[in-house]
Amino acid sequence: MEYFIEGKTGNWELVLGLEVHAQISANSKLFSGASTDWGADPNCQVELVDSGMPGALPVINKHCIDQAILTGISLNAEINKKSIFDRKNYFYPDLPQGYQISQFEFPIVGKGHLNIEIDGGKKSIGITRLHLEQDAGKSLHDQDIDNSFIDLNRSGCALMEIVSEPDMSSPQEAAEYVKKLRNILRFIGTCDGNMEKGNLRADVNVSVRKKGDELGTRCEIKNVNSIKFIQQAIEFEAKRQVDLIEKGEKIIQETRLFDPSNFETRSMRSKEESHDYRYFPDPDLPPLVLNEEDIEKLRLKLPELPDQKKSRFIEEFRISAYDAEILVTEKYVADFFEQIVKGRDPKIVISWLTVELFSYLKKKNISLEESKIDPKKISSLIDLIISNKISNRQAKEILDEYLETDVNADTFIEKKGLVQISNESEIEGLVEKVLMENPKMLEQYKSGKEKLFGFFVGQVMKLSNGKANPKMVNETLKRKLSP
Amino acid sequence: MSIDNSTVKKVAKLARIKIDPKEEHNLKCELNNILEWVDKLQKVDTKNTEPMLSVSNEPMPLREDNVTSKIENDQILSNAPEKKAGFFVVPKVVE
Amino acid sequence: MTDFSKLNITSALLGLKNKDFKSVELTEYFINQIDKKDSLNCFITKTFDKAIDMAKRSDEKITKNQELGLLEGIPIGMKDLFCTKDIRTTAGSKILNSFIPFYESTVSKNLWDSGAVLLGKTNMDEFAMGSANTTSFFGNVINPLKSKNNDKDLVPGGSSGGSASSVAAGLCLAATGSDTGGSIRQPASFCGLVGLKPTYGRCSRFGMVAFASSLDQAGPISLTVEDSARMLQSMVSYDSKDSTSSKKKIENFLNYKKYDLKGKKIGVPKEYLIDGLNAEIKKAWDLGISWFKSVGSEIVEVSLPNTDSALPTYYIIAPAEASANLARYDGIRYGFRAEEKSDLTQLYEETRAQGFGKEVKRRLMIGTYVLSAGYYDAYYLKALKVRKLISDDFLKAFKKCDLILTPTTPNVAFPIGEKQTDPIEMYLNDVLTVPASLAGLPAISVSASLNSDSLPIGLQIIGKPFEESSILSAASVIEDSRGF
Repeated sequence: MEYFIEGKTGNWELVLGLEVHAQISANSKLFSGASTDWGADPNCQVELVDSGMPGALPVINKHCIDQAILTGISLNAEINKKSIFDRKNYFYPDLPQGYQISQFEFPIVGKGHLNIEIDGGKKSIGITRLHLEQDAGKSLHDQDIDNSFIDLNRSGCALMEIVSEPDMSSPQEAAEYVKKLRNILRFIGTCDGNMEKGNLRADVNVSVRKKGDELGTRCEIKNVNSIKFIQQAIEFEAKRQVDLIEKGEKIIQETRLFDPSNFETRSMRSKEESHDYRYFPDPDLPPLVLNEEDIEKLRLKLPELPDQKKSRFIEEFRISAYDAEILVTEKYVADFFEQIVKGRDPKIVISWLTVELFSYLKKKNISLEESKIDPKKISSLIDLIISNKISNRQAKEILDEYLETDVNADTFIEKKGLVQISNESEIEGLVEKVLMENPKMLEQYKSGKEKLFGFFVGQVMKLSNGKANPKMVNETLKRKLSP
Repeated sequence: MSIDNSTVKKVAKLARIKIDPKEEHNLKCELNNILEWVDKLQKVDTKNTEPMLSVSNEPMPLREDNVTSKIENDQILSNAPEKKAGFFVVPKVVE
Repeated sequence: MTDFSKLNITSALLGLKNKDFKSVELTEYFINQIDKKDSLNCFITKTFDKAIDMAKRSDEKITKNQELGLLEGIPIGMKDLFCTKDIRTTAGSKILNSFIPFYESTVSKNLWDSGAVLLGKTNMDEFAMGSANTTSFFGNVINPLKSKNNDKDLVPGGSSGGSASSVAAGLCLAATGSDTGGSIRQPASFCGLVGLKPTYGRCSRFGMVAFASSLDQAGPISLTVEDSARMLQSMVSYDSKDSTSSKKKIENFLNYKKYDLKGKKIGVPKEYLIDGLNAEIKKAWDLGISWFKSVGSEIVEVSLPNTDSALPTYYIIAPAEASANLARYDGIRYGFRAEEKSDLTQLYEETRAQGFGKEVKRRLMIGTYVLSAGYYDAYYLKALKVRKLISDDFLKAFKKCDLILTPTTPNVAFPIGEKQTDPIEMYLNDVLTVPASLAGLPAISVSASLNSDSLPIGLQIIGKPFEESSILSAASVIEDSRGF
């Protein structure tokens, strides 16, 4: 489906490129031994470099380099054997050195690509580059009327900036791109992808043009921190640009901020001044030289990526592409699935995972990971169904209550007295009792009203308080009623 | 290349140094003298020369990913001109 | 009774070892001298109480016959560029007037570990930007030496002017300096001392307030070559806190005399015979050449063709790096903060306008300009390329020779107030020291003779990377031959 904005003068297409900032999962910062733990008291995880103290010097964290390389490999990208760290100069209270150590001309990772699924088809999005840089600290503006407060705990944390080509043309594509990228990072463990904490955030470059025209002037929407906001911000911004152009006005290249409270983007006053970052190679850091051997070692360590896992699931478990896609959208879900599918029917497992369990989570508005549900809880329940101890329906009925407890399925149904009746003579007794108590119906059935079969099933189930194994009830009834 | 008053203003803005308008002319002349003097580098042939990015030929040392910092909040803030509740304090920033 | 005024490190160590005197007595003597010669303005911060404590600790070790450091009980001055824990560190600037570090620079830590005693933090050009020690917020330093023909106060050179002047005036036995384009060698030359800038990467830069990171190197200023070797030995170390610190093996510099000058080739670069070179200095250079001949060295003419590009290259690279290194002085986390702060921009602009001196601001403006959009390639990138040519010149020259002998400065110490109206004239002081800085090479300045005004003339010896022993040995040839 082609996406466009309908203007007064015709249809406009969107050109979108994303710069995703992903905080690298690491114990310490990119250039210092300060902790990266979240939620500490202000200015308690700050080394000399992170606070720009006189005479402070940066020393790079090897783990962060490895994480950037792993990410590069999983984005099918070139790893540059030599990269340079530069200083990006600007003044801001949460930038204590007065410059950010980043990479400009020679990033650690070069061109690559990433495939997204859109409208049932595949689209390849080009990756321009990935580079390492320091995160800034945090400015708090709403604690005091006259002042802003500065917390440097985040200052110096390692970021990967992943820059895409302007290959996307709809808010959905941008959303799919971020979802896919986030998923890959989580699969390989280089970033936890937590957008609420700001560990993953995107700058979105938006421009519009008439089909076939040259690229229009772009605006950059800074620091959008949810996938929904990315879509909303693009929709608003594209519309704003079309309206302006059609009014005969020019788009000014600028940095804008998305305001989720009214779905608008607005110009950032603090960044109004023209940028002149005066990048130059950081003399405190020699060039970073990598050798092929180290890169190969990392390549071998690379865990299974979402696309690979999906193919394997389809092959190994004979499940549909649709189901496999759902499973690999979250690494946690895929791992959860693999833990319970062993030795069990994949179709039953998928149905219980993606239908029953997911609807429970949806009601509670939490993710599977957040729910902290033990895979064994689900597998023990499925085992009871497979072994006919309880019926599928019974299981569905008790699911919510069961998940709130901390016992396994055996104990739970025993306590509830829910064990299914699968004893043949017991079921035969029940069936005979129902037939005996309903002679009129039996007569009608025998004279050809076969629809009444269901009535008998219902009566048997009612008599057993729902505990009778429905399959066996069916079989026994059929046998008894056959002439 | 010679710079004018507006360039002086622009550069001072980038460097975050307030320039007294009375000094502006003098500063412009001084800077132009220095720039004119360093301009003689333009005559040096560097067509086949790579920029010297590092004095040392030794590889970049790599640190293990361990938390080693022992610095505490009161140390980090010990020289701060203005602080409150563990934060550095600056005039309100409007974004 | 020992005449303390005649001591150097080597003789003082002997006296301490023989228990002729105690470190506390020695320290008290220097404290007294510092007070007496306060008008020279050598110290920004005096740490006399701490000095006595440190001296007592050394005395205790000596009395108890414990293992002693290389500088056990030796009172020294510390350039106020090195961060010293709990002791104010200003870098000669108003913007750091009240800054008290809670950490210690590696170089100063190494010295304390060697048993050195801290008398105080020595005066310096603001952020090490200057060649006459006249840009300090704490006032200029006066050279204790005077022309025999007039009574004018002379500059001690810069930027390590307080260090050089204090050693020359007998206020301490040695002092640390830092050299970015000549800031150790030039003041050592102006004050008749030995000043050594090691190979880039030999001394850690951790905790040293940065001026131009790709050039800054710490080094000693001392009375004798042997003292220089001993100070250097104590200052150097591989430091995992500095990514440009070298892992190359550190030799025992005190064995420098093992480097035999006999048969070694001494290179004399013709390009150093610059237009403004004082005739008496040229004569001293020739004299130096003759001394090396007489110890059996071979003199070879070498060419460093890009020498005249060195100074402009330096005055692009150093200010550019400084413009970023000094961006952290913004009145937010430490240091001076202007009263005017109605908004953030005003806080920045007023703090930096009032906190920095004129020369620093001038260089920040130049540095910002040469990095700015549209000028980077023409200035900064060009300078990095020319720097490569200059460095390659030395590599080629060192294929023909083992050491290079030049004058340290084109002129001797000049009266305070001169050569300061025109920045470029001031910059020309560094013309002979800057090339080795750009190439990261070790270089030493040692006093070779006195001019007709009886002012010292220094000669510079430049060595191959990490061959500090070779320049120390060559310097000792001059020291032994000069006859004073």
